[in-house]
Amino acid sequence: MSLSNRHLLGLNGVSREDLQLILDTATTFREVLERPIKKVPTLQGKTIVNLFFEDSTRTRISFELAQKRLSADTINFSTSTSSVKKGETFKDTVRNIEAMKVDMIVVRHKSAGVPQYLTRISKANIINAGDGLHEHPTQGLLDMYSIRERLGKIEGLKVCIVGDVAHSRVALSNIFGLKTMGAEVSVCGPMTMIPYGIESLGVKVYTTIDEAIKKNDVLNVLRIQLERNAGTRIPSLREYHNYFGITTERINRLNKEILILHPGPINRGVEISSEVADGPYQVILDQVTNGVAVRMAVLYLLGTMH
Amino acid sequence: MRTILKQALLLNPEQKLNQKNDLMIEDGVIVKIGSLKEDDYKSAQVIECENKICVPGLFDMHVHLREPGREDEETVETGSNAAAAGGFTGVACMPNTTPDIDSAEIVRFIKEKSKEHLVDVYPVGAATLSRKGEALSPMYELFEAGAVAFSDDGVAIKSAEILRNVLEYSKNFGAPVIEHCEDESMAEGAMNEGLVSTTLGLPGIPSVAEDLIVARDIMVAEFTGGKVHIAHISSKNSVELVRQAKKRGLNVTAEAAPHHFSLTEESLKTYDTNYKMNPPLRTRTDVEAIIEGLKDGTIDCIASDHAPHAIEEKEMEFIYAPNGILGLETQLGLVLSELVHKKKLTISQLVEKMSINPRKILNISVPLIKEGEKANLTVIDPEIIWTVDISKFKSKAKNSPFDKRLLTGKSFAVINKGKIYMNESFRQI
Repeated sequence: MSLSNRHLLGLNGVSREDLQLILDTATTFREVLERPIKKVPTLQGKTIVNLFFEDSTRTRISFELAQKRLSADTINFSTSTSSVKKGETFKDTVRNIEAMKVDMIVVRHKSAGVPQYLTRISKANIINAGDGLHEHPTQGLLDMYSIRERLGKIEGLKVCIVGDVAHSRVALSNIFGLKTMGAEVSVCGPMTMIPYGIESLGVKVYTTIDEAIKKNDVLNVLRIQLERNAGTRIPSLREYHNYFGITTERINRLNKEILILHPGPINRGVEISSEVADGPYQVILDQVTNGVAVRMAVLYLLGTMH
Repeated sequence: MRTILKQALLLNPEQKLNQKNDLMIEDGVIVKIGSLKEDDYKSAQVIECENKICVPGLFDMHVHLREPGREDEETVETGSNAAAAGGFTGVACMPNTTPDIDSAEIVRFIKEKSKEHLVDVYPVGAATLSRKGEALSPMYELFEAGAVAFSDDGVAIKSAEILRNVLEYSKNFGAPVIEHCEDESMAEGAMNEGLVSTTLGLPGIPSVAEDLIVARDIMVAEFTGGKVHIAHISSKNSVELVRQAKKRGLNVTAEAAPHHFSLTEESLKTYDTNYKMNPPLRTRTDVEAIIEGLKDGTIDCIASDHAPHAIEEKEMEFIYAPNGILGLETQLGLVLSELVHKKKLTISQLVEKMSINPRKILNISVPLIKEGEKANLTVIDPEIIWTVDISKFKSKAKNSPFDKRLLTGKSFAVINKGKIYMNESFRQI
């Protein structure tokens, strides 16, 4: 079995078979992660570059760990300065790295479309680790994996993405992936944070959080990113918390069993209360572990394609 | 020297001319129209124009020539060459150069640079100093030096108060104010805001950002009685605003760029920066409204917004790449292919929108096809099928999304100032 595309640029357009294959392969690697020796020789001799043009800690570490566990050689290139400021063009930067003969590139960038652009200027397999407000496919996959692990299925579930959907790359990957797998996807948040035309993607919009909790099986709670100019779209973090924050009180009042995901890092007391973040409904740390397994699966499947 | 255009369809709606005939030019002047005698052919260069249309020289009222400041991208000369190749005998160049065209010296510098060229270059002066929207540029002086209009193109004139003053002041000498309509506070995106931008994860610029300034400008034009020309109109609501303004008899005109009636935001799906422009490519509905506006006369002109960029600047991450595409060498082909051959515009309307109206708006006399007049002509081959090839462009830059596109119709020859451009070269006639 192999994937039908040699890059992972997003979950938009990825077939159900391919998603299934990645999730199933991740299950195998998840088991490897429980062994005392957590390393397999699958990608021995392969060189992978992690090109991070935007700050990231957990995604980069997760990818790096996944690569090391597959015995690949990895190189990290991190810079938050755009190529414009450096004087070297992005294309030249990539070509230089490519000239050192690399097999795969994992890329994160502030601009949407960079992974797609890379496929035009590089021969390596390209994996998108987050591009602009576009997609973060491995996050989408690990969210799906975590839902499946806990609830045993994805098909037929109702999943609501809560928060700054407009400025989230996680949201689109979740929407595309989950819908392909047969889930019903909705969003909820202040309307200043809901992107134009989202209903046309077949996504329901909830305007109140209580209704979203009532009607859904899973909440994927997004981080309110102050660094992304949230300040002009909500009056204050306090008001956000009061009207959209996920609290135990709210869940209990609605007497609702619900699974809570969060891509991290958590703003405790803003989009989610500490009680919920540490409580019985959440799988936040499982998501982190699953992230390594899912990334191993993606790297393995792309790295061993012919 | 004598040149004969043989059997061209001579077409100029301005003089109600529409007849197939021979036309003889001597030393740059039209000396005879009608059946020629054997004597006339003596030592004449005869150009066969069967199935070709001879019209008053085309005029592009919105181009960026980049000189002074970015001569690596385009110069007055290379831009003029591109204009000649595209079928134009005149262009108006925008003031967002480095430094801006906000002093008489720069106006004279550009005029001087283009003096010997076939193509007439008319500078548009900056409306405000450094186009900052704070203090008026020396508009009267720029006008005297040869500026034909005023604009802060690249951005709209910043405040209603400054716009008011620019419009009032320009009334003294009758020059129009050309506005790039966009509310800055809503325009930080990289493409049209809509389902496509949501799916691509690119920050959007909503069309209401354009509509707001179009509405503001129309109201200030009404209040002051000044002349406002809306540049590169791209949204449906803006077209409707202009339509209503015209109905009320206001002094408002508008132009549309070929990419805004031949492409939609769907083109952005490959993240190719050659589709990144401002105003951005919009929806199918907007495209239809632009075409409707051209048909019913709401939109007076077609202008290219020719915007050359260096390869290394365009080959950038999408959000960092500059806005704009080349237009001079594809414009006529696109108008013929997308509008004339598809029966949206007649060839006479093409001449109005690409030759007559832009000159009228800028108070430049419209060339006549008449004995005794200077020959300022474009000969169009409306049926020739050709493939756009950016490597053959006369422009210094290469940023065109139309590379490899098959078009029907292009310029066959242009004649002006006693020169002809034909078969890729200039000659005296």
